[in-house]
Amino acid sequence: MKAWRLPPPVLLLLPAVIVLAAIVLLPLLLSLYSSFTPFRLTRPETIYDWVGFRNYERIFTDADFWIAFGRTVLLLTVALNLEMILGLGLAMLVERFTRGQRILRTILMFPMMFSPILVGFQFKFMFNDNVGLVNNALQSLGLTDQAIPWLIDGTLAFIAICVAEVWSSTSVFAIFILAGLMAMPRDPLEAARVDGCTPWQTFRYVTWPFLMPFAFIAMTIRSLDVARAYDIIKIMTDGGPAGRTEVLWTLIARTAYSDARMGMANAMAYVAILLSIAFTAYFFSQLGKARAQVAADW
Amino acid sequence: MATLTLSQLDKNYGAFHAVKGIDLDVADGEFVALVGPSGCGKSTTLRMIAGLEDITGGDIRIGDRVVNDLAPRARNISMVFQSYALYPHMTVGENMGFTLKIAGRDKAEIDAAVAEAARALEITQLLDRRPAQLSGGQRQRVAMGRAIVRDPDVFLFDEPLSNLDAKLRGQMRTEIKQLHARLKATVVYVTHDQVEAMTLADRIVIMKDGNIEQVGTPDEVFNQPASQFVAGFIGSPPMNMADAVTTATGLRFANGLELPMPPGFNVAEGRKVVFGLRPDDLYPEGHGIHSEGGHAVTTMDLTVDLSEPLGNETLLFVDLADKRFTGRMLNPRRVTPGEVMTFHLDLSNAHLFDADSGLSLRGA
Repeated sequence: MKAWRLPPPVLLLLPAVIVLAAIVLLPLLLSLYSSFTPFRLTRPETIYDWVGFRNYERIFTDADFWIAFGRTVLLLTVALNLEMILGLGLAMLVERFTRGQRILRTILMFPMMFSPILVGFQFKFMFNDNVGLVNNALQSLGLTDQAIPWLIDGTLAFIAICVAEVWSSTSVFAIFILAGLMAMPRDPLEAARVDGCTPWQTFRYVTWPFLMPFAFIAMTIRSLDVARAYDIIKIMTDGGPAGRTEVLWTLIARTAYSDARMGMANAMAYVAILLSIAFTAYFFSQLGKARAQVAADW
Repeated sequence: MATLTLSQLDKNYGAFHAVKGIDLDVADGEFVALVGPSGCGKSTTLRMIAGLEDITGGDIRIGDRVVNDLAPRARNISMVFQSYALYPHMTVGENMGFTLKIAGRDKAEIDAAVAEAARALEITQLLDRRPAQLSGGQRQRVAMGRAIVRDPDVFLFDEPLSNLDAKLRGQMRTEIKQLHARLKATVVYVTHDQVEAMTLADRIVIMKDGNIEQVGTPDEVFNQPASQFVAGFIGSPPMNMADAVTTATGLRFANGLELPMPPGFNVAEGRKVVFGLRPDDLYPEGHGIHSEGGHAVTTMDLTVDLSEPLGNETLLFVDLADKRFTGRMLNPRRVTPGEVMTFHLDLSNAHLFDADSGLSLRGA
């Protein structure tokens, strides 16, 4: 009698399944499990205490968590919109260049070449209330004689973080939208001018619908980026002062490693990931719509 | 509808002089075709009329208005582009109604205008589709629909049929002609295809190197070409040409062949000329057109190098004055290469051009 063997397709897929299970699925399940325990890194045996949904219940009544959640959404909204508007403007300016455009495109991408940690340090220095460039410039221009506490006041610190985010990532939008502009045929623009459009109407009704898929790709990428924002904020304010720039992942990291409450942190992380998935799904559906409209063919 | 006047219209691109001070009057409701080879300035001229290119000098008038510095949208023109230039994210109906929407008309009015244009072009069933779902011919109709919805002063067509296959091109040509007859629109139509120009236009403007070579009705530019260039450009197959020198009695070619002076020409002896004869006027005995002025026929025996049967006619290639001449054989019979046939040359329709200037010597 012939020995039973795994069917070849299953056998061939098995290595991939095993590797994925070992490096992704098991840790994921473990973290999911631990989010139902009061697991503390300082008391390893707590991982065996099942507390059901207690962590989640606490999260839903925890004002700090929801403020951090809201702040993350706010950062996402402000940063992405600013980046899109600035990126669009940059792309349209760069697209005008017929000579030297390649060099400009390269220069445009410089901010993306720096580690976010370094960007954080750089902007921390620039916004320093004593020796920072920003206050220095404002004082030299005579706009103020105060030392503005950029990284100490909660609102100002949020603005400073937005500036750093926008500086480092506007080029993502600029590059995608520039690609769209370069792929765009000229004739419909001329048709729009003949049809009676002002330059603004031409942009609104012809150029922008064509660029939308490109902008949504950048949106999707950047929404994932900002939803997991950590590094720049960690360096610039560390969520401070007094938690006024705390976003989801700085809060989660603090809970997990400073407070050692890993079970709680994992529960928070699962809620945060839902946020990311929601944004990605939204932008993907928008991308799908925009692409269906423009279709493949001009 | 309105008249269109170009006076001393000029266009420079840096050092390149694309359009060199041309004058043209287009009457109200007239269909004018601009033809010429690539780079002759015809498209540039059209784009200047549309306002898509700045003008370097001269004036453009639509009706009584000088529109030199007006934006395209202020000129009340419609344009059909070679690539159709439809808006891909709008439906056919939205494409056609877009110009009215921009003009701020209300929805009921837009819908009525679009529906009427769609009926005229038989694209009513396509109104909800997007351009990507249409064939080339359908897109062409939509582009035309978009143009007529607007009820403009002048229609501009920029090689509208050149992206279509030959059969569809012929069909759309007929439709454009019918459309013009119904709308009585003022039309400027750019094409490199002389057949389109001949069949559609009331008058043809033949351009070369930024200059107008001749303006005339299809009949005029065919039968009385003002220059060697026009003669070679209009008509298919093109006119046969050969260098000659005038003698006391007629023409002598480089190889010694002599022909009598074509009627209507009175050229002094010893002048260098170019002799032109259309393929229709070089035919084997018994296979020709009965031309109106067919009384200046010269007969000679020629050897056929090659024949191209086209079904209803056959093109014959013969050696005449050391040039390959094309002759046209009607009611064709089979011809074998090398066959010697008796050809008639109907010199009443022949042309003479000055060898240096290329200008016609008719009446000179």
